[in-house]
Amino acid sequence: MNGEFAIAAALILPLLICAGIWLVGRLPDLREGVTLVGAGVLFFIAVTIALKVSAGEPVELSLGEAVPGLEFAFRAEPLGALFAVVASGLWIVNSFYSIGYMRGNRERNQTRFYMCFAIALFGAMGVALSANLFTLFVFYEILTLSTYPLVAHKGDANAQRGARIYLMTLLGTSIGFLLVAVIWTGALAGSLDFVPGGLLQQAEGLTPVVASALLLLFAFGVGKAALMPFHFWLPNAMVAPTPVSALLHAVAVVKAGVFTILKVAIYIFGEEILNATASREFILGVACFTIVTASLIAMTKDNLKARLAYSTVAQLAYVTCGAMLADPAGFLGGSLQIAAHAVGKITLFMCAGAIYVATGKQNISEMRGLGKRMPLIFIAFFIASLSIIGIPPLAGDWPKYELMQGAADADLDYVPYILIVSSLLNIAYLLPIPILALMPPPGSGEPAQYKRPGGAPMLTVAAPCFTAALCFIMFFTVGPISDFLEPATGERVPAAYMTTPGGQP
Amino acid sequence: MIEFISSLVPQDLAAHAPALLIAIPMLMAPIAAFMPSGRIAWILSILATGFSLVMAIVLLSQVQSIEGGAVISYAMGGWQPDAGIEFRIDALNSMVLLLVSAIGFLAAIFSWPTVQAEIRDAKTAMFYAAYLVCFTGLTGVASTGDAFNLFVFLEISSIATYVLVALGASRDRRALPAAGNYLLMGTIGASFFVVGVGFLYAATGTLNMAELAVRLQDVQENKAVFAGYAFIVVGLGIKAAMFPLHQWLPNAYAYSPSFVTMFLAATATKVAIYALVRFLFTVFGLEFSFEGSTLIWILMPMGIAAMIACSFQAVFQTDVRRTLAYSSVAQVGYMLLGISIGTAAGVSAGLFHLVNHALIKGALFMALAGVVLTYKGTSLRDMRGLGRSSPWTMTAFAIGAVSLIGIPLTAGFQSKFALVNALFEYGWWWAVAVVMFSSLLAVVYMGRILEAVFFRAPTNPNKRHKEAPLIILIPLWILALANIWVGVQGGFVAGLAEDAAASLFIGGAP
Repeated sequence: MNGEFAIAAALILPLLICAGIWLVGRLPDLREGVTLVGAGVLFFIAVTIALKVSAGEPVELSLGEAVPGLEFAFRAEPLGALFAVVASGLWIVNSFYSIGYMRGNRERNQTRFYMCFAIALFGAMGVALSANLFTLFVFYEILTLSTYPLVAHKGDANAQRGARIYLMTLLGTSIGFLLVAVIWTGALAGSLDFVPGGLLQQAEGLTPVVASALLLLFAFGVGKAALMPFHFWLPNAMVAPTPVSALLHAVAVVKAGVFTILKVAIYIFGEEILNATASREFILGVACFTIVTASLIAMTKDNLKARLAYSTVAQLAYVTCGAMLADPAGFLGGSLQIAAHAVGKITLFMCAGAIYVATGKQNISEMRGLGKRMPLIFIAFFIASLSIIGIPPLAGDWPKYELMQGAADADLDYVPYILIVSSLLNIAYLLPIPILALMPPPGSGEPAQYKRPGGAPMLTVAAPCFTAALCFIMFFTVGPISDFLEPATGERVPAAYMTTPGGQP
Repeated sequence: MIEFISSLVPQDLAAHAPALLIAIPMLMAPIAAFMPSGRIAWILSILATGFSLVMAIVLLSQVQSIEGGAVISYAMGGWQPDAGIEFRIDALNSMVLLLVSAIGFLAAIFSWPTVQAEIRDAKTAMFYAAYLVCFTGLTGVASTGDAFNLFVFLEISSIATYVLVALGASRDRRALPAAGNYLLMGTIGASFFVVGVGFLYAATGTLNMAELAVRLQDVQENKAVFAGYAFIVVGLGIKAAMFPLHQWLPNAYAYSPSFVTMFLAATATKVAIYALVRFLFTVFGLEFSFEGSTLIWILMPMGIAAMIACSFQAVFQTDVRRTLAYSSVAQVGYMLLGISIGTAAGVSAGLFHLVNHALIKGALFMALAGVVLTYKGTSLRDMRGLGRSSPWTMTAFAIGAVSLIGIPLTAGFQSKFALVNALFEYGWWWAVAVVMFSSLLAVVYMGRILEAVFFRAPTNPNKRHKEAPLIILIPLWILALANIWVGVQGGFVAGLAEDAAASLFIGGAP
């Protein structure tokens, strides 16, 4: 499989899956079979692309120009390949989970649901593999539009309201700010391609003021990155069925947002210009503010999905923070966070969904002692929480380490404190949930009854257990992943303990 | 494709394409009027507009045969200018002609079911005659090279339009005051225009636009020329529904027969904008002392005011046709903004949007015509749940809607992109903010409609599965797919607009 074919396949396959689901929509088993097989093949293709990238082979595809100067072009690079692998890999797990959840919950319009899911993956693949800002923007919007019916899936007034906020915020920020930033970049640099080292280095007449304004437009224009004050769509999107929250609002959609921020930081601005841009520090401050504030809000939420949503807002800001540190370690930390947070948060969401299917409970206060009935779910929840907090040996540990390293390299002393405070807050709002469920204090009464006979469907239990195991495995594979990402993030400064005292280069 | 079609046309015919393009529909009009049945008149108008479309394609290929765009000069009746009337086709004319005749052809095809439903049988033949006259007038404006002749064609099309709008009375009596209002405003506009032309004639002694452009160089400071300029800009501004001269438009669009709304929305204001561009850039030219300040102090503020004020008005309409009508005025604002930049990139973006907007509004109003046909009303309540009962019609409507908003992969995105790019190059970054704000308002007003269509339960549970008939669906989907085609492969249309703008600036045209 050569590079062109691989990219074409990664883009066409989700559409074929969508068509296939539509064709066999009346036969649920066959329909789910199409999704599962398709997701498996897509994952295989994504891995192939990643292997080619790590071998240094060019993986490119050009589909011609929409109008002169705006080209539909795709090029895989380490960061995008990683995102593609994470999104497609977790899609497989999530599809198993969806089957259990949607059937266990007897949801309506399942064919439409699976079709929109496939289109959303099409959008995510396009975002991951795009070679210029125009292509990225196009797929970014496809992702927004294809997930709107998923958020509105329930169709009641509440779902419609949430979906409207979702659509208006994401479309509004992207048309109002991101599109302006894209066109402005094109007008300044004469091109929209992602260039290693930064496209804007070619730009003539790039004053610090213009660069600052441009960075602000990018940072707030990517509404999917959920930087405050444009974060409120994410908690509102929680009206969606849990598989949607799990894959899209912990992995594909939000990660497409922070992925865009990283891409812009690395390939549009580049380390050098980013460091010279004044608004970088402002956005870094906003990201830190988001981390702490969203965690504090999360503590006040009793609805489990709402708490997880605010936790996601906080964790996404880590990536923005890493991008704005503007050094290799920061970029690496941000990239690792995309993968590590994905496996952790998808586990948490899938657990929340499994609890909902089995007992109909959504509030944390009603989950006391529930661990007796659903031990596996809460153990998976526990492991994933530890990973989000950043405790070794779990995947979430590495991004925090690299971010602190990056902050130290950039001489930004306050960032590590923020990260530590964030970890403490994570402990405070995540750990009580599994602990109170598994080890209820004496006298807390009988746990909630199963609403559905037989409890959670088997698939909705197996999927989070699998991803919880992934959290553990990823801790040990971080070496190869970092090596894989190095061409994109740049060679980072050796860790402090490896150099002589005071010898920071 | 263009070469292929034009190679099929015999040489002798192709040589007279500028005249035939107008003459055939004009001659067909009285024949259609006397046809015993409306159906024959309908077929005649399809044939006539189809013939014009072929001629427009021939003209385009002739213009494109030379690098940079040829200029075809055709002396009507063999009378050479100045005495005779010259038809002059350059890149800009051929683009507008192609647009008008293509839309006219599609409109003629789709019209039958809606005309049958909305016009009394006894009047259908006359209706098609009026349509052909209107079509003749619009194509005439877009091809003549004579200022007074332009006025004549403008009036031919306008008078036919008043009749067409008034015929909506059998569906809604409010069409009569709407037509009266339109008649009043349109006549004022035409009078202003002809007074302006009179001033120019007094100052230069010619009516030929190419000759005017040359002779005006010498009389730049003449007060009569200033006055003529002002009259012409205002007169054409009324016809083009330039803010705040647009008051006639929303009612005329809302109450005229569905077919007329669709045809007018896609062509009439576009042709008036063409005439405005022709006078601003060719006849007067950027050297004309008034011109720079007109662009910056009249066109640009009016364009921006339209983009904001009329988008807001569109948000608060309860009738979908009125929403789209106000949106049309706002979109005219985009075109004026592009033109007011005064650079080749800006004018090209404005013209690009002109074509795309014709495709967008054509598709939207065509889908609405299908709705009117099956469900009568077009208020927001009537639209509820239509996505379920007529998915094909409404999917095409949705494509037009996202294109109007400017979502990527649609025509509307491409032209807004070009416009913003031109604004950045010129340094009007604050205007970029206005464009974006107006786009957000478009998200709101189209979003309301789309939500009602696709996510609300039908208000009237008796609405069964009922699509628009195939004869509406096919032209509708041609337009909807054209929106996507321009969004994905916009090189052809963008190239037309670029050539057209270039022809204005290099002096390739008169």
